[in-house]
Amino acid sequence: MTKQYKTLGDDIWKNKVEKINAELFTLTYGSIVAQLVKDYEDFTEVNKQLEKMGYNIGTRLIEDFLARSGVGRCQDFRETAEMVSKVGFKMFLNITPAVTNISADGREFSLVLDENPLAECVELPDQALVDELWYSNILCGVLRGSLEMVQMQVDAFFVTDTLRGDDMTEIRVKLIRYLEEEVPAGED
Amino acid sequence: MASNQAPVKLVNESAVEFLTTEMVEAMIRTIKDDAIRLGTDKDPSLGSPNDGTGGPKDYSEGDEAMEAVYYKLEMIGFRVGERLIEKISKDRMRFSDNLDVVKFVCKEVWMFLFKKQVDNLKTNHRGVYVLQDNSFRWFTRMAHDQSSAESVKKVTPYLWFPCGILRGILSNLGIASVVVAETSSLPACTFQIKIAKTA
Repeated sequence: MTKQYKTLGDDIWKNKVEKINAELFTLTYGSIVAQLVKDYEDFTEVNKQLEKMGYNIGTRLIEDFLARSGVGRCQDFRETAEMVSKVGFKMFLNITPAVTNISADGREFSLVLDENPLAECVELPDQALVDELWYSNILCGVLRGSLEMVQMQVDAFFVTDTLRGDDMTEIRVKLIRYLEEEVPAGED
Repeated sequence: MASNQAPVKLVNESAVEFLTTEMVEAMIRTIKDDAIRLGTDKDPSLGSPNDGTGGPKDYSEGDEAMEAVYYKLEMIGFRVGERLIEKISKDRMRFSDNLDVVKFVCKEVWMFLFKKQVDNLKTNHRGVYVLQDNSFRWFTRMAHDQSSAESVKKVTPYLWFPCGILRGILSNLGIASVVVAETSSLPACTFQIKIAKTA
């Protein structure tokens, strides 16, 4: 299953995607984070804003993903993990984070990124380290937004980040619940 | 030419588009948040909180809120431009004059950012350069109704970021400038660069 997703991801990246130099992406993201830090000063708030941006992106990106990959529904959350890492991340960022630490009940997993285009050549100022800025927090929002559109409510958050001096960069993804097919807005 | 360059890292172009589109909305949000904090959130130009669009209804000159958004987006672009030129022109010789720089922008920079060159460059040879792009890449992938006044108003904030990029590039090359963009008929747009006269 893993192998077929890897092949799919590689194929989409190679043949179905318009590519651009990652520098523009990296620099734009860095400049956005810098602006948010200026605007909010409080790093917890910056984390929130990045997550929110990611959420909004995720809700739109999923359509692009589904259209290009042509994949159907995942059988379980483990499959979701493979799909996200081998096809999703590959298609958009040309990276394939490792899926690790799957919980016994299969409702949680980690993504370990050995590269991160958002953070190339980035160094955090001391204050950001002290006050817990999760620089790439937009990714957590993207995961939350995109998975919500396919009926999964998840919690995604950074556990460690090499930018903060940790050994690795790890995002934890927890399935809260499957969502029923949406009823028109207004119901809650 | 530099030898043994590391392979160029690439991402999906739509990743850049998703990011820059959301960036515009995020900056509008920061202005709204400021307004709420300062209790000035009755500004009608910010749009009503429940309208779902999360953006100003109408951009017009002299509108304080949108000017603040303009400032932020332009600054974000400026920082990108400053650092970008270091990466693109690493191997370049020094530019001979301002026109040389602008031509570089029209060719290499445009290629890097938009995968095409500027379609037309005009100058009055007195510090004003007009760059015309008949098919601005970041517009061609947005849904829009060709030349409706509403479409034009909607996309205007998306031009502020690239204006900043250009200004940042020039600034890092020692050139002070003002850059404004205009679009009247999507997906074409023009960027006007005014280079300050040196003493």
